[in-house]
Amino acid sequence: MAVESAVTNGPADRTDRTDGTDGTRRGDSPADKTVTMREAVAAYVHDGDTVSLEGFTHLIPTAAGHEIIRQGRRDLTVVRMTADIVVDQMLAAGCVSRLVSSFVGNSSAGSLGELRRRVEHADPEPLAFEEYSHYGMICRYIAGAQRLPFYPLRSYGGSDLPGVNPALRKVTSPYPGPDGESEEIYVVPPVNPDVTFVHAQRADRSGNTQVWGLTGVQAEAVYAARKAVVVVEEVVEDEVVRSDPNRTLIPAHAVDAVVVCPRGAHPSFAQGYYDRDNAFYRSWSAISKDKERLTAWLAEWVHGTADHAEYVAKLGEEFWEGLAVGEAMSRPVNYGRRL
Amino acid sequence: MTTPAANPAATSAGSTAPATSAASAASPDVTSSELLSAVAARELAGRRTVFAGIGLPTLAASLAHLTVAPGLEVVYESGVCGAHPSHLPETIADAVLITDAEAVIPMPTLFGSVLQGGHIDVGFLGAAQIDKWGNLNSSVIGDWHRPRARLPGSGGANEVMANAAEVFVVMRRHDPRSFTEKLDFCTSPGPDRALADGIRPLGAGVTRVITELGILAREGVGEELRLAALHPGVTAEDVRAATGWDLQVAGDLSVIEPPTESELALLREDVDPERVYLR
Repeated sequence: MAVESAVTNGPADRTDRTDGTDGTRRGDSPADKTVTMREAVAAYVHDGDTVSLEGFTHLIPTAAGHEIIRQGRRDLTVVRMTADIVVDQMLAAGCVSRLVSSFVGNSSAGSLGELRRRVEHADPEPLAFEEYSHYGMICRYIAGAQRLPFYPLRSYGGSDLPGVNPALRKVTSPYPGPDGESEEIYVVPPVNPDVTFVHAQRADRSGNTQVWGLTGVQAEAVYAARKAVVVVEEVVEDEVVRSDPNRTLIPAHAVDAVVVCPRGAHPSFAQGYYDRDNAFYRSWSAISKDKERLTAWLAEWVHGTADHAEYVAKLGEEFWEGLAVGEAMSRPVNYGRRL
Repeated sequence: MTTPAANPAATSAGSTAPATSAASAASPDVTSSELLSAVAARELAGRRTVFAGIGLPTLAASLAHLTVAPGLEVVYESGVCGAHPSHLPETIADAVLITDAEAVIPMPTLFGSVLQGGHIDVGFLGAAQIDKWGNLNSSVIGDWHRPRARLPGSGGANEVMANAAEVFVVMRRHDPRSFTEKLDFCTSPGPDRALADGIRPLGAGVTRVITELGILAREGVGEELRLAALHPGVTAEDVRAATGWDLQVAGDLSVIEPPTESELALLREDVDPERVYLR
């Protein structure tokens, strides 16, 4: 819980992004960064790492979490604003020793059984929990992305949170307030994950990543990280991306690997691709409350599947038809061209 | 997510707080959700922007939009502004909120510029515990380090409390364990606690608490929550007995008009025809 450990990730060195020696380049320029999920997790997630998984209810990188479980990573610090089902699964699989989060619940659908066992009963072992509010987490990503020493916010005044999280500290503004008096404000430290995983609708092979619908804090989480992996529903040709450059939330220069993983955000949703599996959210409280049932669930659906494609196939076409969405196309804009 | 689940540790509250069961205020054919959302909607008269989670706050805001606050804009914690959903959303991030919305903004803009920038008139919050100053606990029951029940935590509640001009709290449970003299943990402090910590708050904190017994109200800094209105058939003593602190009663205590036929019809036929939340 010490602040030192909250800021152990110093300024990330991004100079290794473009040297082309990290094994992710496969073709000529522009770089083809596509790899399998297995390769991405093997290359970028190591025991003891700080791993951010972002996606605010929409586009949750569940398939990445499952592959981390399959590869048996241990002692991870997981950074995620809304620690929900995928975090509960990673906890149950024994991957996580520390959690940095601002909401620990199963959306509005109930509880996270494993998280509550860890926090309430240290069962099977304690969980170090660094607790923030949503904007506190957002500001940590912003500070991390911008390599700032801290970031101020008008939260926490009078809250008990700073009493249990010494990383929440107060500073005096160097400028007078509106009334000419000195002003105190809370600050949060930066977070620089070893790797950030985000899920997106589509990217080109070099990692220009396009997201629509809820965009959350994904761009900041990617820029805060030393390495970034984008998991996408589909890879598209460069021309598709370039026909609508404002749709690109994360430019290729911030991306180390692109993983094509259709339906990889289940049970969350991908706007325009498939809907949220609300029934699974509702079922999770009962599954996770019973440790044996939870272990059996992981054995069947994560350890029992070789990869996410097998998980998708196991759910079956009829299931996916139930989450299918219709069309609501945006109208194209005219970017113009010089005549 | 600004409306964390009710305190799971307090499942037998009815047996310890007779007032709660004695005073189901509305007529038997009006559900608790209908009563609470109809009353909350009226309180939104004159407000322009509301920051709301899914459930009762959405019902209240939708009803207000059709009645006392036609210009009301709901801003969701997921970043959706000006939603025009084709179906009643199941979560704050339901895909039906995004399709056809007027704007979808990133979280740094939502929390930094919209909420902290002072653009929200009313924030709706839920909590497991509330005290007389309107401070809220949505984190733990018991000690934070080894809680009897771990609750979801702040989410955006701390920011809503700090930055919305005022906060409305809808509590399904009105008993001494939820309305407590001393919170187990203060997740979201009102302005009085913020000032004591040297931080100047932007908003007034909690100004309305709506329950099945009545409405508690306070106007701002330095004021306790006082009993301001009662549902028909409920007495001030009922509410005082269900409240864990020495609740003050307003001199001009009023009686709340039960949900009207028109309000009920709008809730049942327009706002939530499939009765997703109107349980």
